[in-house]
Amino acid sequence: MTGSQQDNFDEMHTGDGSVREAYEGYQQWLSGQDEAWMQRKNFEAESFFRRTGITFNVYGEDDAEERLIPFDMVPRVITGGEWRRLSRGIEQRVRALNAFMHDLYHRQEIIRSGRLPERLFRDNAAWLPQMVGFTPPGGVYTHIVGIDLVRTGPDEFLVLEDNARTPSGVSYMLENRETMMAMFPELFSKVNVRPVSDYPRRLASSLAACAPEDSRANPSIAVLTPGIYNSAYYEHAFLADQMGAELVEGSDLRVVNGKVQMRTTVGFRPVDVLYRRVDDEFLDPLTFNPDSVLGVPGIMDVYRAGNITIANAPGTGVADDKAIYSFMPDIVEFYTGEKPLLPNVETYRCADPDSLKFVLDNLEELVVKEVHGSGGYGMLIGPTSSKKEIAAFRAKLEEKPEGYIAQPTLSLSTCPIFTRKGLAPRHVDLRPFVLCSPDGVDITPGGLTRVALKKGSLVVNSSQGGGTKDTWVLDD
Amino acid sequence: MLGRVANSIFWMYRYLERAENTARLLAAGQRMSLTRGRDMASQEWKSVLTTLGLRQQYEAHYDDYVSAHVCDFVLRSKHNPESVLTMFERARTNARSTRSAITGEVWEAVNEGWMTLRDLLAKPVRDSNLNMALGAIRRESSLARGATHGSMLRNQTYAFARLGTFLERADNTARILDVKYYLLLPSLSYVGTPLDTGQWDNVLRSLSAERAYRWLNAGKMDARSIAQFLILDDRFPRSLVFCYSSMRENLFDLAQLHGHSGNAHELMREADQRLSGKEVEEIFDQGLHEFLLEFIAANQSLASAISQDYRFTA
Repeated sequence: MTGSQQDNFDEMHTGDGSVREAYEGYQQWLSGQDEAWMQRKNFEAESFFRRTGITFNVYGEDDAEERLIPFDMVPRVITGGEWRRLSRGIEQRVRALNAFMHDLYHRQEIIRSGRLPERLFRDNAAWLPQMVGFTPPGGVYTHIVGIDLVRTGPDEFLVLEDNARTPSGVSYMLENRETMMAMFPELFSKVNVRPVSDYPRRLASSLAACAPEDSRANPSIAVLTPGIYNSAYYEHAFLADQMGAELVEGSDLRVVNGKVQMRTTVGFRPVDVLYRRVDDEFLDPLTFNPDSVLGVPGIMDVYRAGNITIANAPGTGVADDKAIYSFMPDIVEFYTGEKPLLPNVETYRCADPDSLKFVLDNLEELVVKEVHGSGGYGMLIGPTSSKKEIAAFRAKLEEKPEGYIAQPTLSLSTCPIFTRKGLAPRHVDLRPFVLCSPDGVDITPGGLTRVALKKGSLVVNSSQGGGTKDTWVLDD
Repeated sequence: MLGRVANSIFWMYRYLERAENTARLLAAGQRMSLTRGRDMASQEWKSVLTTLGLRQQYEAHYDDYVSAHVCDFVLRSKHNPESVLTMFERARTNARSTRSAITGEVWEAVNEGWMTLRDLLAKPVRDSNLNMALGAIRRESSLARGATHGSMLRNQTYAFARLGTFLERADNTARILDVKYYLLLPSLSYVGTPLDTGQWDNVLRSLSAERAYRWLNAGKMDARSIAQFLILDDRFPRSLVFCYSSMRENLFDLAQLHGHSGNAHELMREADQRLSGKEVEEIFDQGLHEFLLEFIAANQSLASAISQDYRFTA
């Protein structure tokens, strides 16, 4: 997808070229820096990431090659006022998401009320009948949420996606900040930026608050990773390390005496809270995919007996696919009784015949996404696609319309990146990280800003060559 | 700590130690090949391969024993599953899979070491660069060890790291001694000849022991005093007694930390009885080769006992 450069909202500059309020402190500092020195810093950043092994793996490449996500040195800055408005909207949305999941797996009042068609969960691959009638410890379904936002104007933030299963990228949020502070310490003494570094501590206490009742005083927490070849392995190790939790693989775990236990050098020891980074499908070979070696045989029985907390709860995926997304404004209103504070991007459900006709007639203008797709795969970006690509996509769409949604191409905001020729605007999005526990909703001030590195491109996914930058929320 | 993590740590340090010792062995081999005639040089390279247990695999690919081929095979060949590069890569993979158990300093030392060696060994190493490359291997392994000493908590993880290091080192010292003494010397009639002396000098070099030995035994170079030094001198960090004394301490720490001892501790006590108060004459009476074979086998049994006692695998 692409947007014309002129009519985008620029995060740093106003129309007449002056600097917006958020960037005043940064601009003041930047104008005092030597160009050649900045270029050297740019190089330094990459070697820092390489040395510390902050990498992700790319599937399907030779030896699951480890790659760096390109890092850009220009921060994305959000004022305190903007952040307060955003936070309220995010909190509202996340509360609604949890209430929605509880309802779907219990009384299904939203279906009975006619606000949501039944087929949306009945046909949903992420729906788990095993969760029906069961309430997770602490009543929380989505312990860690990543809400993807885009901006189209000074006060226009829109939700692009709700990542309610296992959102990743928080380690980049933290490492980007560490890198910036290591490279430009004096910058942080001039500009008041709210810290993000206590995220792992907040995560640990948020997870602990959701532990099964009898272990809540001092629960043992473990992070379950598929292993070193997983694309987000770095993040799994990082979070376990920072929380002081064990980083476990499926082969370390076994169900012993009705508890999930890990094999330690002194024998099996119980796990009370499992922050799992493997998908539902691989979690329990006895319940789901029998070929999986990533999970723990019998863990679902332990879970349903209330003897372990699994974060996020199995079956949360039902709430974050792209078909449900289009109903989120209704869902927010249904469960909170309030108008949604954060709007959706206008979305056409191709399952609906009128919408389908409109989408088919306007493919050149629209972005079409697979309902169950992610990571920038399986989508059509009308304005930048060839006639042939559009024709091929049209056929897929006609064959299985309910598998797709479509959205208009937005004029996404841009933020400058540092290039060899100085600053240049590139499109960005933002993923703030949200924690839920019985104690409340906790949003870390910042998030992961992803940036398209190619001029004019709207594709920010790291698997598609996008980069990241530090995200500042000002303490004003 | 997790059994899997203990296993990875143990092996991470074994691989680092083995990579380093392999570099020492190659350096000694190269020196020998330069100071002797061609025949001796090829004998020397053969013995390097024998010490490393790689002779058969090597002979499947080469029919000569020249330094370029041997060094390439040992350092980086794809046909050699135990190449230095592969060992370092395994050490790094183990470090990666246990990142939350080791310190950032240790991880960075191993990760940077691997990146350095991967670049250095991307192409065959020329003879003129061999010394530099071998130095880099020793240095990267030393850096990881230094970071371990300077940054790691003295807990189980550290004990398994040290056990891996010393178990591997003891194995390496015993193998070098055995091969040099038993396999290379054509016959006992060579004992005391200049050839014999040169071999012993090389044994010392393979273990970076030549200077320490000279301090203690000025002007002497004979089998008995060298065996005494490399097996029984508890001041030299590569002697069998030194390695076992460190292992004893680390096994003791593990017993304390876990609140019980197991089969590994029993085997350790037996090994202590075999080594303590031993005179080098007794070893020669038994036969050095027999003594070393027995030692290597016992060392291996100890490794398996550690793996079982501490539930390295399911």
